[in-house]
Amino acid sequence: MTTQTAIPMKPWAKSLADRTRELSFFLGSILLSFGVVAASPLAGKLGYAISFFFIYIALTAGYQLLTRGTPAAKDALVKSVVGLGAVLTVMPIASILGTVIKNGLPGIHPRLFIHDMTLATPTDPLENGGLLHAITGTLTLVVLALIMSVPIGILTALYLTEIRGRFAGPIRFLVQAMSGVPSIVAGLFILSAILYPITKSYSGFMGALALTILMIPTIARTSEEVLLLIPNDLREAGTALGGTQWRTVAMIVLPAARSGLITGMILGVARIAGETAPILLLTGGGDKVNLNAFSGSIGSLPYYIWKSFNAGSPEAITRAWAGLLVLLVLIFILFILARSLGNKKVSR
Amino acid sequence: MSVDSLSIPAPRIITTEPRRSDKVFRGVVTTGGLSSLVILGLIAFFLAYSGFEVLRQEGLSFITSSDWSISTDEAGNVLESNFGLAAMLVGTILCSLVAVVIAVPISVFSALFLNFYAPGWMKKILVSVIDMMAAFPSILFGIWGFLVLMPSVEYWAKLINKYLGFIPLFEVKPYFFTRSPFIAGVVLAIMIIPIITSVSREVFAQAPLDRIQAAFALGATRWAMIKAVVIPYGRSGVIGGAMLGLGRAMGETVAVYTVLNIVFQINWHVLLGAGGNVASLIILKFGDASPYEIKALMAAGLVLFLLTLVVNAIANMIVKKTGKSGR
Repeated sequence: MTTQTAIPMKPWAKSLADRTRELSFFLGSILLSFGVVAASPLAGKLGYAISFFFIYIALTAGYQLLTRGTPAAKDALVKSVVGLGAVLTVMPIASILGTVIKNGLPGIHPRLFIHDMTLATPTDPLENGGLLHAITGTLTLVVLALIMSVPIGILTALYLTEIRGRFAGPIRFLVQAMSGVPSIVAGLFILSAILYPITKSYSGFMGALALTILMIPTIARTSEEVLLLIPNDLREAGTALGGTQWRTVAMIVLPAARSGLITGMILGVARIAGETAPILLLTGGGDKVNLNAFSGSIGSLPYYIWKSFNAGSPEAITRAWAGLLVLLVLIFILFILARSLGNKKVSR
Repeated sequence: MSVDSLSIPAPRIITTEPRRSDKVFRGVVTTGGLSSLVILGLIAFFLAYSGFEVLRQEGLSFITSSDWSISTDEAGNVLESNFGLAAMLVGTILCSLVAVVIAVPISVFSALFLNFYAPGWMKKILVSVIDMMAAFPSILFGIWGFLVLMPSVEYWAKLINKYLGFIPLFEVKPYFFTRSPFIAGVVLAIMIIPIITSVSREVFAQAPLDRIQAAFALGATRWAMIKAVVIPYGRSGVIGGAMLGLGRAMGETVAVYTVLNIVFQINWHVLLGAGGNVASLIILKFGDASPYEIKALMAAGLVLFLLTLVVNAIANMIVKKTGKSGR
């Protein structure tokens, strides 16, 4: 008697023939698009892209139509269209990253990080001046905004998840609405409510207040999501051991959600680090390193970029790109941090 | 043993009355939770308070006229002033509508691609890249749009004008394409694509798995499944996402200011290099504004705030209702 063992197979996997055919369709449409562009009035990169896209659709959909019929042909068509959507989404990102790196790198030199612009104007040669004042200014603004927005954001999230009071629905709605407040409106608000009637002078603190308004919704929403992930068993265990709600939240729920809460803060910082409009209205944008956030105008990366860009000379534009590169690297680092923490949202 | 020798213990008092620490805790958290209400209320109050004088003087013409001028004597007294937002409001709506029209199809397609076509590794990378793009600062989009994107978009605009110029919307007279609402719309579209994509992706991901599997079991192709299950389920969510994008596009300041040519004249011709934007107006006029003009800018800020608030509120209501609709 012979025993038959089933050999594991993957009938859905693409065979070598399938892969070869897909590749040949792809390469074939590239080749054909050269022919079409040469023969028709279409021209330029746009011409190549359009003719490639339509030839590729025609080839894949046509093949499916011949072998498997109309539904399969429609499927192939949709697959190409949907893929085009993804390409169009990613293309600007690639272009932005490419140009920022290409145009920003010539403006980066070590002196940039130890000098401010007190003795230089944006149109000076690149060796003069730097963006130390902008970096310290942005750090000051971000730290102040964090100090103010984290407690409010987390308290809002706690209200929505732990207390679930009568106003939970409306407040969730208002937090959403707040995340849509245009940054310039936040700036105008601080201007009209605090800067004009009370302090009457530009300072870093005013900018930080506006950034706080923009940051609260981000922190509140990510914290709420994280707190909802904490299993109810933990809360029940805390209560069963005789803990009051205060002790349960403070000793069990918040520590369990710690890394997720930090992720929320980092995402909030990434959201406001490059915010420009309120900074232009409120901080005054000084050229000197100013570590006192409560008096005197203060520089920041967005303001520095804005000033350099509007100065218009080639040196100034290079400065603006270099500033953008620094800002982008900052946001990138924050994002990597948030990602690596976010992977273990619920820690013990 | 007699029954009455058993003493019945007094029942323990069981109360749901919270301890004092809990009362304090609840009080603090509720206060913190109400902060969003307080902040939004304060924003509306202070902008209305500072803009009140101008709003009362201009009345309805603050919305309907499109003249923005102020003249003062040497002492700084206002001699004559006209503040009207009509051109800026039309421009704001035009730019953000262009942005939504361009961004929605692209975002929906890429959300479908991410959820149903992309292999796992590609999906993971693309999702983080798109999420990161949503956090790019607007000044970056502005400068990139002005220096890199503008020449290409001008070329596209000329193509559209050449072949579709007979439609009044695409008319360009005089022949001037630089810094048009169309270009601002394209930049805004690129800014809101990540937002609409991630909302649509989340909505599509909630499509019930049993229906998806049922569709496949009945022999549906992937597109047939999407058409029968995912799109009916996610339609309202996508509309909500588009409205969120619209709200974001309306309030965008720096990116639009960098690429748009601001003209105080109502212009519906998308491709013509003359447009307006409430938020950009504020940045444009703020630098050398007299105290009275600042009040007008505050009033403009109030209009912008209310506009985005309404759009966002509608958007959130639509997104929240998703899932209850569909077949």
